[in-house]
Amino acid sequence: MRPSRPHVSRSFRVRCRAVSKIAAPFPFENAAFNNAVSGLHQLPFGSIMSADNVHATKGERMYDTGSTTFMLICTMLVFLMTPGLAFFYGGLSRRKNVINTMLMCFGVIGLVGVLWVIAGWSLAYGGDGSSPFIGGFDQLLCLPVLNQVLQAAEGNAADGAAYPEIINIAFQMAFAMITAAIVTGSLAGRVKFGAMAAFLGIWLLVVYAPLAHMVWGGEGSFIGDIIGALDFAGGDVVHISSGLTGLILCLMLGRRRGFGMVSYRPHNVPFVALGAGLLWFGWFGFNGGSEFKADAVAALAILNTVTASAAGMVSWLAVERVHTGRPTLVGASTGLVAGLVVVTPGAGFVEPWAALVMGLIVSPVCYFAISHLKTKFGYDDALDAFGCHGIGGILGGVLTGLFCVPELSWTGKGGLFYTGDVSLLISQILGIVVTIVIVLVLDLVIAAVVKALFHGSLRVDEADEALGLDASQHGESAYPSFSGLD
Amino acid sequence: MKKITAIVRQEKLEVLKDALFDADVRGMTINQVQGCGAQHGWKEYVRGNELLVNTIPKVQFTLICADEHVDGIVEIICNAARTGAVGDGKIWVEPVEEVIRIRTGEHGPAAV
Repeated sequence: MRPSRPHVSRSFRVRCRAVSKIAAPFPFENAAFNNAVSGLHQLPFGSIMSADNVHATKGERMYDTGSTTFMLICTMLVFLMTPGLAFFYGGLSRRKNVINTMLMCFGVIGLVGVLWVIAGWSLAYGGDGSSPFIGGFDQLLCLPVLNQVLQAAEGNAADGAAYPEIINIAFQMAFAMITAAIVTGSLAGRVKFGAMAAFLGIWLLVVYAPLAHMVWGGEGSFIGDIIGALDFAGGDVVHISSGLTGLILCLMLGRRRGFGMVSYRPHNVPFVALGAGLLWFGWFGFNGGSEFKADAVAALAILNTVTASAAGMVSWLAVERVHTGRPTLVGASTGLVAGLVVVTPGAGFVEPWAALVMGLIVSPVCYFAISHLKTKFGYDDALDAFGCHGIGGILGGVLTGLFCVPELSWTGKGGLFYTGDVSLLISQILGIVVTIVIVLVLDLVIAAVVKALFHGSLRVDEADEALGLDASQHGESAYPSFSGLD
Repeated sequence: MKKITAIVRQEKLEVLKDALFDADVRGMTINQVQGCGAQHGWKEYVRGNELLVNTIPKVQFTLICADEHVDGIVEIICNAARTGAVGDGKIWVEPVEEVIRIRTGEHGPAAV
């Protein structure tokens, strides 16, 4: 186990950033991995994190500026993912619904930004950490922030943390934003805008925040500690929860009119590629930043992120070539996102070769889900939030149970491949099942409440849907004219 | 006077336009259109899901000319737009009752 992250302070997300010194050599048994890690040490991240960099003033520990800067940048990168997703989804949608689709993502940024500061942060990461299921109410409106700023100004780094706790509020807020925004992909083309906002607002506080606590709440948390499931950057919390919620809502909403008869062609494929590129870039902050320190594991997470996404893209294009005869840009974009999703739960736990394997496996699985299961079961997951994120997240969680390097594991338990021990794999599967059950039950309740609030229907009426949601719901047109008269 | 309407393959836009310019035919209106004829579309795939594209994008030329020029123009269009495969398009000719040049108020063939 890594000396710098002992089992006792496993409140990875919030409470554990006790950076005393970077552990110099990693006591790994795997020679190839040792070489890789010592190579990573020569990267800037490794050299920034020397003990000399942690200054002492007034006898107190200062924040580590390297990690502080890294986490600030990662926060901004993760934030960029949601506008990126707006383009990804917007390009995939129909011309008459593109504004509605993009506005759902942008609207979620606003909605979550407000709710997170008011209560989301506190419910997820507040409290004394004694509850396995939820944070607390002591950080409502982020009131303790002022005190932390003043403390820091006096040169006191609380608890020897590597960087100010305040960064976590914004970093985790960006996670909440992208998670809620992913859900909107399943609803595109028919949901009432207000119903979407009401559902996701409640969902953020009732499902996302407690789930984040259960997985990342540290000591005593339900999924992360009691069950012992590993989730480096958000397989359970972000991708399974959002993908599954998308599936549940799209089943409740029903199909778009003409599903299976009308051609739902992506109306702007370059938008899809642009969005995928922004998601890709932001994902480095998502996975790298989930190490909460600028160190070799963060570098490993970023290397794994790019490796798995490249492999996911290649395998998607290969599957398309075999199945339909032609590689497509929508396929490349989808495959790379699937690769990003699958490596998320294991980004800092697996070796690059394992990330490669994960990326190569995920695309055929997601492709099958999207091209066959969706048709067979007839659910209209419009932009494949479940097909990409739900399926990819589940697969990533399971594969982490196979490929997790024991020395990198938060719990000290390694994957089946290294240890021959199935206990981590079982924990991973159990974590996924528990996540699914919690999300399923709470989603059904919230959706029923919201449906009642919106006169018994979550979807717009038939004429509005036919006209397009841009015109009928927003009175706004993405492409007002072909002739340039406007 | 006659109106000639020709629906041709998209990739024949430049070829036909140049052929008409070379023959000193100056007036034309070009539209992007969609429709179907003997061709019945093709399949595209989005994330492995098959979708049938059954109206095909084409380019439509509209020209007004004097009666005696019709045969020459039709021949130019046929030569330029023909590939021999299904989907080369159609040409049709209609009578035109009157043409007026807005700037000068001229009527008839002088206004074409």
